[in-house]
Amino acid sequence: MIELEGLTKRYGEKVAVNHLTFTVRPGIVTGFLGPNGAGKSTTMRMMLGLDRPTAGDVRIDGKHYDQLKDPLKYIGALLDAKAVHGGRSAFNHLLCLAQANGIPKSRVHEVLDTVGLTAVARKKAKGFSLGMGQRLGIAGALLGDPRILMFDEPVNGLDPEGIHWIRNLMKSLAAQGRTVFVSSHLMSEMALTADHIVVIGQGRLLADTSMPDFIARNSRSYVRIRTPQRERLLDVLYGAGITVVETGSGALEVDGGKSERIGELAAQHQIVLHELSPQQASLEEAFMQLTAESVEYHAHSDTPVQQWGETWRKG
Amino acid sequence: MAATQVIRSEWTKIRSVASTVWTLSLAVVVTIALGMLISALSKSEFENMNARDRLSFDPTFISFAGMSLGQLALIVFGVLVVSNEYSTGMIRTSLAAVPQRGTFLFSKLAVATLLALVVGMATSFVTFFLGQAMLGDLSARIGDPGVLRAVIGGGVYMTLIAMFSMGVAAMLRSPMLSLGILMPFFFLISNILGNVSATKKVGQFLPDQAGSKIMQVVVPVDDDVPYGPWGGLAIMVLWVLAALIGGYVLLKKRDA
Repeated sequence: MIELEGLTKRYGEKVAVNHLTFTVRPGIVTGFLGPNGAGKSTTMRMMLGLDRPTAGDVRIDGKHYDQLKDPLKYIGALLDAKAVHGGRSAFNHLLCLAQANGIPKSRVHEVLDTVGLTAVARKKAKGFSLGMGQRLGIAGALLGDPRILMFDEPVNGLDPEGIHWIRNLMKSLAAQGRTVFVSSHLMSEMALTADHIVVIGQGRLLADTSMPDFIARNSRSYVRIRTPQRERLLDVLYGAGITVVETGSGALEVDGGKSERIGELAAQHQIVLHELSPQQASLEEAFMQLTAESVEYHAHSDTPVQQWGETWRKG
Repeated sequence: MAATQVIRSEWTKIRSVASTVWTLSLAVVVTIALGMLISALSKSEFENMNARDRLSFDPTFISFAGMSLGQLALIVFGVLVVSNEYSTGMIRTSLAAVPQRGTFLFSKLAVATLLALVVGMATSFVTFFLGQAMLGDLSARIGDPGVLRAVIGGGVYMTLIAMFSMGVAAMLRSPMLSLGILMPFFFLISNILGNVSATKKVGQFLPDQAGSKIMQVVVPVDDDVPYGPWGGLAIMVLWVLAALIGGYVLLKKRDA
């Protein structure tokens, strides 16, 4: 369990983290979302005692980070895959961390095996690809078999196979009852892994909610229908008191999750349906709306490149 | 957190990077080779010296002449041991494993200092004996008054130079900045300030100028330095302490 209370970090005039209060609970994956520059990494560094808060407090299982005896046994973190001396082998990198926390050498072999780096354990880290570096960082986080795990943008720059691997790893760690806290700037990524999300923008807390709740509240769900017997279906639905919206592409849309009801009505009246599919507006849109006002680095025009292309094609 | 754990960890760190081996080897080779060369040259020069110079002739000190260059390799060693943590980003991983920053820094310093002491002491003795072999009948013997003190002092001097560099690197963090200041300072600036008569009064209190006094056995005829070998070493120790305390205070205060 990680508890933040009024956590604040100021760099001179600029407020990077602004009075954050939330709790990260065990047994679930908690996603930590925010656009670039929202203060995610700064918050994570303060959790690990690397940066000192200007105000407020953060506690790991009720203690300050520097009060933990052998901290890697409580909390493992992947902050930056490049936080490794390139001239040191993967094995020695993990060994020096293990020794500092009284973790046996055998555990180093175990975690190397878990992340699939056993074959390159004696190779220097500077020769590693981004994915291998990320795996080495994760091996370091798992080293002390900690109850709490923290990953800062773990899927950044990974190939699909690596992304899949990390998603499953995080889910299985949470299923073992551990606290998993993972940051991302991609809502779609979090939708696949997180059970709970904390959203920040310009250092302020914007949302602290369960993932299903967030989805329910922030995304419009509707049913899309295609049928060759359009007029008949419209009549039937109108008769049943269901409001239908006609879209430009010839499909019909009905707000809410009424697909069963519509299907039953169509069957009753023997109307042929080519499509009857429940849809949800993208979470990415909901996320962008939520953080829109707090985005620090706006692109000044919405879609300048596309517009240029379209104008050219029209002309 | 047991300090012994952290010391073992720091030993793993220092022995697992190539820079440790090459900086220390370079220090050994350069100090010994240059010491032998200058000893041999001094022997052939002795014939042409005037009486005053002959009176100031210090075979022990001459055999340590290679240290002026060899110490640069030790500076690189000291700087890299500390600043590698910052230039690679490893510092965040290290401090997450050892949040007690004092324990972290002083374990690192202890390991690197001990290693520098072992290498420095061995170098000093080998340099002395090979240098004396070059000097032939002009040579000093280890049992002569003050000679053993000078030879042990040579090893201590090399260790203190490395420690001073570690303290400076802990303050500045960047390896390029640390080396950019320390290398020209010890190779040129300090020598100039310590020998030009206008600046000598101040220059002789610089760490290497004061510390190298410990390696001197024969005091030059016109010597007016206000401290002896132990006084000089003490001045150097004060410089080292100041650098290390500065490094510790900044590490303690700064965000990693």
